[in-house]
Amino acid sequence: MMGGRVTAQHPDKSGTADPPHDGPLLRVEGLVVDLPRPDGAAGDTVRVVDGVSFDVPAGTTVGLIGESGSGKTMTALSVIGLLPDHATTGGELVWRGKNLLRPDTDWRRVRGHQISMIFQDPLAALNPSITIGRQVGEILRRAGRPRAEVRHAVIDLLDRAGVPDPERRMNSYPHEFSGGLRQRAMIALALAGSPSLLLADEPTTALDVTVQARILRLLRSIQREQGLAMLLVTHDLRVVAHVADEVVVMYAGRVAERGPAGAVLRRPAHPYTRALAASVPAVRTKTALADPLPGSPATPANRPSGCAFHPRCPLARDRCKAEVPQAREVAPGRWSACHFAEEVFTP
Amino acid sequence: MSEMLEVSDLRVTFGGRGGLVAVDGVSLRVAPEETLAVVGESGSGKTTVARCVVGLQRPDSGTVTFEGRRLGPAGRRPPESQRAIQMVFQDPRSSLNPRMPVSDLIGEAWRTHPVTAPRGDRTEALHRLLADVGLDADVAGRRAGDLSGGQCQRVSIARALAVRPRLLVCDEAVSALDVSVQAQILRLLVDLRRSHRLALLFITHDLGVVHQIADRVAVMRRGAVVEEGPAGEVLGAPRHEYTQALLDAALDIGVEA
Repeated sequence: MMGGRVTAQHPDKSGTADPPHDGPLLRVEGLVVDLPRPDGAAGDTVRVVDGVSFDVPAGTTVGLIGESGSGKTMTALSVIGLLPDHATTGGELVWRGKNLLRPDTDWRRVRGHQISMIFQDPLAALNPSITIGRQVGEILRRAGRPRAEVRHAVIDLLDRAGVPDPERRMNSYPHEFSGGLRQRAMIALALAGSPSLLLADEPTTALDVTVQARILRLLRSIQREQGLAMLLVTHDLRVVAHVADEVVVMYAGRVAERGPAGAVLRRPAHPYTRALAASVPAVRTKTALADPLPGSPATPANRPSGCAFHPRCPLARDRCKAEVPQAREVAPGRWSACHFAEEVFTP
Repeated sequence: MSEMLEVSDLRVTFGGRGGLVAVDGVSLRVAPEETLAVVGESGSGKTTVARCVVGLQRPDSGTVTFEGRRLGPAGRRPPESQRAIQMVFQDPRSSLNPRMPVSDLIGEAWRTHPVTAPRGDRTEALHRLLADVGLDADVAGRRAGDLSGGQCQRVSIARALAVRPRLLVCDEAVSALDVSVQAQILRLLVDLRRSHRLALLFITHDLGVVHQIADRVAVMRRGAVVEEGPAGEVLGAPRHEYTQALLDAALDIGVEA
């Protein structure tokens, strides 16, 4: 192993050279996830992710938006091989040209090294009885860093994650950190393996707004400086508008719409996205209270026929109840799974 | 101007003398049928102020005056004042007994304040109440645990309305809900405020909802109110640097990536 400081440009420590491949860093192609129905008979399953497709090009941030039951978290967990036991999958997760869903995937080489994840609640993800510095250091040691370099590399990582006075704070335990600092410690932990893709599941949802803004700025600067790709899972359209290049809107386990983040949020091509965007109040200007959608988000366990959104949709008609809409390109780069996208969207 | 609620120089310390000062001299006023939003981050003391208003927290000093009457903690309030101030919590799933049918949850409120119990047909009164919060009559027979988050929050609002309050204290009442459901509940509160002539004390961390629901806003930080005024003025031209910092940190959907 080479010496020197750990940076994200550090070569992949899994020992395997990147196989040459064309196309995006990660291609999600017709992803299907089935989970056992909680109180159902054996073999009775719920399709929580139903044919989801999108790309994560290297160095970009893709926002995965959805409400409860949308399948956004299950999609992210399948990318890092952390689905619950008894989950069965279909479709493809093409990572650097290789399908991660194949049974021979060595997740220990991928997880934490090529793909890392940060969670909403850092306290649940950090070990409470080990100092922050040791937790970060352990990942570096496992990656083969010589012992003599680890301390320095830990300080460097904590510093880059914005932990103030890292030389002293590395000796703290997670409970001694504030919520924002814990999230920074978890970011340092995630970066320790020099991943090329960071999965972030509601990383700022539990934080105060001022802390949220700082963490989002940090994630964005790390992502840009290090050419990291990020899959940001959130229910918060404001976060996505702020951070993401591309956005994938999910509803009841399926993709409703995807495209460039700014364009999708400002000129949606799906009635669900339009309603979501309208229900986010502007902070600086007084906007009229939007006409809210009726009902609650559909869940995969009780997915309506045809288009799952049809019972709440102001445009719904007979075809929507009968026929599941396929995603189609309504304008360059803009994909909508609505039979009547043209009634919502004007290119 | 005749105030309905007047909170004066409230102080609350947790952990005894030398403990954490959660609320440090807060004064607030709410006029009849007015909505005051109290905005702050965690630890600002906004929830503690709300709990003092409904009597769940006893302040070290300071007073809560409602319609000219000074109020003590919940157990010692006159039933009439107790009933007139109702609270809606953030998480309806933890504030409603999940095994109780909705009809019993509402019936319990009527038993607690018998003066508000319907004289005639209870079922009809119950259905009318559910209709007021946008729920179908068949919800009456269902258990709270079988309802969606949005339906649960509607039930807790119905339970509060059942005793005909004049002031509704909402503590992060939409924060735990899905985005599309948040908009429904906000709309419901705005409508109910008019139809039921309610005053609202609306506790929130989300500056975005202030414009939509509040007449006035008080911004809290570390136990104190740093700025207070008409919602449009405070958010449009904040005078305190902390309000400005909150606004700077708040994201709008129109922001470019």
